[in-house]
Amino acid sequence: MITVKFFAVLRERLGLAETQVDADVSTVQELVQVLKQQSERYAKELDRYQLLCAVNQNLLPLTTEVKDGDEVALFPPVTGG
Amino acid sequence: MSISVRVQQEDFDLATEYQRLAQNKQCGAVVTFTGLVRDSVEGGLRGLELEHYPGMTEKALTDIVEEAQKRWDLRGVTVIHRVGYLSLNEQIVMVAVASGHRQAAFSAASFIMDYLKTQAPFWKKEHTEEGEHWVEAKQSDQQAAEQWSQQQ
Repeated sequence: MITVKFFAVLRERLGLAETQVDADVSTVQELVQVLKQQSERYAKELDRYQLLCAVNQNLLPLTTEVKDGDEVALFPPVTGG
Repeated sequence: MSISVRVQQEDFDLATEYQRLAQNKQCGAVVTFTGLVRDSVEGGLRGLELEHYPGMTEKALTDIVEEAQKRWDLRGVTVIHRVGYLSLNEQIVMVAVASGHRQAAFSAASFIMDYLKTQAPFWKKEHTEEGEHWVEAKQSDQQAAEQWSQQQ
C-alpha cells in the first residue's frame, strides 16, 4: 500500500487530501498512471498542471522508485516565500 | 552554528530574532530578509492563504539551510515561515543569517530565499475582492535557484 497525498489546487480540485493505492508500481510516474486509469477526475486533474512529487517527504523527480509503505505527495510547483 | 527553522501561524518579531543571532561573539554580520503580503493583483487583494506539507516543510527548510552552511562559513541561521491566512501587508517569511563577514551573510540569505521559493512545499492562494485563486509559480524564481546550482 502506498499513501498518496495531494496539495493546493490539486487537493482542492480532487476534493481529496489523501488516498491509498494498492498496486504493483515501481515509480511515481507509474503510480500517476494507475491513478489516471482509476477515474476521469484523476485523469483530468493530474494532467492539468506541471506535477511535482515528494517521496517520503523529499522533493524528487517523477522517475523516482517507490515501494510498499512509501508516502508519495503530488502537487503543483511551490509558491512560498 | 545555531539553526532555527520554524513554520508557524503566529507573527514573528524581527528585533528579537536579530538579537538572538547577534549575540554570537564570532558574529560580525547579520543579514535579515523579510517577505510581506503585497497587493500584486492591481488592487483588490485582501490576503493570502498559505498551505504547506506538515513534516516535509521543516525538513525541506533544514536541508536548504544545511546546504547554505556547506557553501559559506556561517554562525547562525533562522528561517521562519508563516502559514494559514495572512492579511495584506503582514509578514510571511523571515531569513536571518549571521556570519563573520558580510559577503557570506548576504549570499547565504539570498541562496536560502531562492531555494525556499522553489523547493519548500508552500502554496499561496490569493483572496481578492473578486474571488480566490492559487498563485502560479514564476519562471524567474526557478531561474534564480538554478543560478546557484551552476555556481556549485
